Amino acid sequence: MEYILEMKNISKIYGNGIAANRDVNFNLKKGEIHALVGENGAGKSTLMKILFGMEPPSQGEIILKGEPVRFSSSKDAIAHGIGMVHQHFMLVESFTAAQNIILGMEPKKGAFVNEAEAVRFIKDLSKKYNLEVDAEAVTRTLPVGVKQKIEILKALARGAEILILDEPTAVLAPQETDILFEELIHLKEQGHTIVFISHKIPEIKKISDRITVMRSSRTVGCYETKDVSEKEISNLIMGCEMDTSIEKSSPKPGDIKIRVSGVSYTDKNKVKVLKDVSFGVRSGMIFGIAGVQGNGQVELVDLMTKRRSLREGDILLGGKSVKDMSVRDIRKMQFGYIPEDRIEQGMAAHESIGENIISNRYDTKEFCKNGLLDYKEIKKFAEENIREYEIRCSGSDQNVGMLSGGNMQKVVVGRECSHEPEILIAEQPTRGVDIGAAYIIHKKIMELRDEGCAVLLVSADLNEALKLSDVLAVMYDGEIVAYFDNTEGLNEEKLGLYMLGLDRHDKETVRRAENE
Amino acid sequence: MSRERSFTIIRTAVSMAVAVLVAFLIIVLVSDQPLESIKIFLLRPFSTKRYIGNIVETAVPLIFSGLAMAIMFKANLFNLGAEGIYFIAGITGSMVAIWPKLPPVVFPFLCILVGAATGMAVMVIPGVLKAKYGASELVTSLMMNNILLGVGLYILNNVMRDPDVASLVSYKYRTNSLLANIVPGTRIHVGFIIAIVFAVLVYIFLFKSKWGYEIRMVGDNGTFASYSGINVAKVILTVHLAAGAIAGMGGIIECIGMHKRFEWSALPGYGFDGAMIAMLAGNNPIGVIGAAFFVSWLRVGADLVNRSSDIPTEMISILQSIIILLISAERFLHKYKQSWIEKEVK
Repeated sequence: MEYILEMKNISKIYGNGIAANRDVNFNLKKGEIHALVGENGAGKSTLMKILFGMEPPSQGEIILKGEPVRFSSSKDAIAHGIGMVHQHFMLVESFTAAQNIILGMEPKKGAFVNEAEAVRFIKDLSKKYNLEVDAEAVTRTLPVGVKQKIEILKALARGAEILILDEPTAVLAPQETDILFEELIHLKEQGHTIVFISHKIPEIKKISDRITVMRSSRTVGCYETKDVSEKEISNLIMGCEMDTSIEKSSPKPGDIKIRVSGVSYTDKNKVKVLKDVSFGVRSGMIFGIAGVQGNGQVELVDLMTKRRSLREGDILLGGKSVKDMSVRDIRKMQFGYIPEDRIEQGMAAHESIGENIISNRYDTKEFCKNGLLDYKEIKKFAEENIREYEIRCSGSDQNVGMLSGGNMQKVVVGRECSHEPEILIAEQPTRGVDIGAAYIIHKKIMELRDEGCAVLLVSADLNEALKLSDVLAVMYDGEIVAYFDNTEGLNEEKLGLYMLGLDRHDKETVRRAENE
Repeated sequence: MSRERSFTIIRTAVSMAVAVLVAFLIIVLVSDQPLESIKIFLLRPFSTKRYIGNIVETAVPLIFSGLAMAIMFKANLFNLGAEGIYFIAGITGSMVAIWPKLPPVVFPFLCILVGAATGMAVMVIPGVLKAKYGASELVTSLMMNNILLGVGLYILNNVMRDPDVASLVSYKYRTNSLLANIVPGTRIHVGFIIAIVFAVLVYIFLFKSKWGYEIRMVGDNGTFASYSGINVAKVILTVHLAAGAIAGMGGIIECIGMHKRFEWSALPGYGFDGAMIAMLAGNNPIGVIGAAFFVSWLRVGADLVNRSSDIPTEMISILQSIIILLISAERFLHKYKQSWIEKEVK
């Protein structure tokens, strides 16, 4: 028996008619780290959902240890020794680490949960796998890296031999990634098989034994990692060679467009998530904010866009306080905002591309005459955007919800950028977006900056933050802890120190972020 | 047209067919001469001018309530207040029809205006509660229905009741206030034309105007709408007012179109019918006309079998429940949809 798991000729067609997998073949050897790579929308997640019993395949078979199997639910898959750590953690935030791990398999004492036994069990488990966590700490208070460990322990506690990790490094700082890799190698040595989904090529090269590449719903092939170079992997993923470097001219900063002064915010759990944050963004510059997720970035942007109400400090957009403006007033200025969660906030999934792409100015003279919408104009405008951003769709009438993630994002970016905004807030603009789409989006942001737009870029992707930003601030635990006038000589390792709170700039340097 | 959309249409058609088949089943079980009864049920509504007239006149209030519900549903609001509004707008409109003296044309116009205004006034309550405080419009509107019935009956009993008649009815409407008949030999009245005109207007409002655009965006994703700068609270209120006005019109038009006095002593049921019709029509105002005709055909058919044989008219409520059940059940025929879509992709 060569393979512990084989997936043969798997096809999956979703209810909306999208074929996410076509004749996909995938196999795992016992005790290997196997990287599954491909652009977003290439079908990796679908394939893993099928393996984990979350979706039934339309066709094809799964052979586990020589036996054909069919999972009707994740519970089935877990019973067969398959575990999955999702990109978005599935943890009860108010529970302790131990409670989260034993959820559904609690050791009992009479009718009650035996908490002491649970804690002992977790301690043994973390010692065995070298995954140290504080079993009694409340999950909400733990950093992302530890939450991820809890997720891995959760799977191991249920007897997982095959462990699927869906983009585990997307949320980690470089140093945390190194720790994760050590842990994974330790697990491998103990005989566990690991599927590692990622699109960061250097990481794949570093950690994996074999690589399966997927492109547009099909498998391109399976390779020994040592036989392929980073460049070759990239070409296999893209299907062609592509130059994604962005040309960056020197910035010409103008007037202050965004002014954040002394902003603090306490959330509903009484946690102070923002502590006296001040900075300024001038026109013609890209102000990057880097940081591990959950260090106050979301709250900061929410305050700037009026999703949350500002109590301490002030935020001026184009010289006017957001306190005195409604969302509509902000929208009436030349303002663009690419939200972090495109599905929740950025689109109406059941409406057409055309209707989605005008939502920020449906009532301007351009599209609205005497209260009636001019659908000819809307169609024309939508088609221009489809061309410019290379949105892959069947036409401007197609519902946005039917598009792949990257194409949805292009619709959002098209809407927020095509009216020549003077202020642009871009929140994780290319998260979960394929390389090609990311390139188009980056190019557009750079173009706006050259035309004099003030851009605030919030990104957990350091590569992106370094590539685009003219000046860069690092947020940690609700504060700006570091500020760089330029990004020359900066690298991910250096930033990582600040992102994890291991180092910080003095007050004087941080104050320069105000760009007075 | 995408397969997804065609599928919705097919599913609706299947639901309607199933409802009719269930009607057959009931007839076969209950009737002594089933074949004859089925024939009456299906075909007799089309046999004479008067019966066709019955279909049309029954459809009128159904169109109005269907339109009111379609607007609500498009904004993803589930407000069943049309029920109470039919009743109370009937009362206020009837008060106008009973007392003042006005020339024809102007008179019914004023009655309808008062009915519509009543509907809007009533809807302000669930509308504001929802928009400002997030109160469930389903709960508040159902409560409102009971309140409105009570208030309406009080007015009917103490202000409008005609003491010369044994049953609980109002004084006679003035002749000038009645809606004119448009097809001699039937009871089809001007209200039918108003209903069709409003179906078209609501269609334009929902799918062509900027207000309709706001409503649809709020209905699809409220977070997205407010992110885009749409004032969601205002949209919720607009939707309530528009739906209230249309339901109010429906109520008074039914009164001065079909009756000589105010005759309802309980909630007439049109509000709930509207929910079913809007669902059947997929919330498309033009589709509402067709759906209303389908339901009114079933009703007239059921009424005729009831009169000529041994089938109870209550059968119709069973059919309506089945239609609602099948259409609102997202997973109905889901398997076929899946394999059908898979075939298209291959």
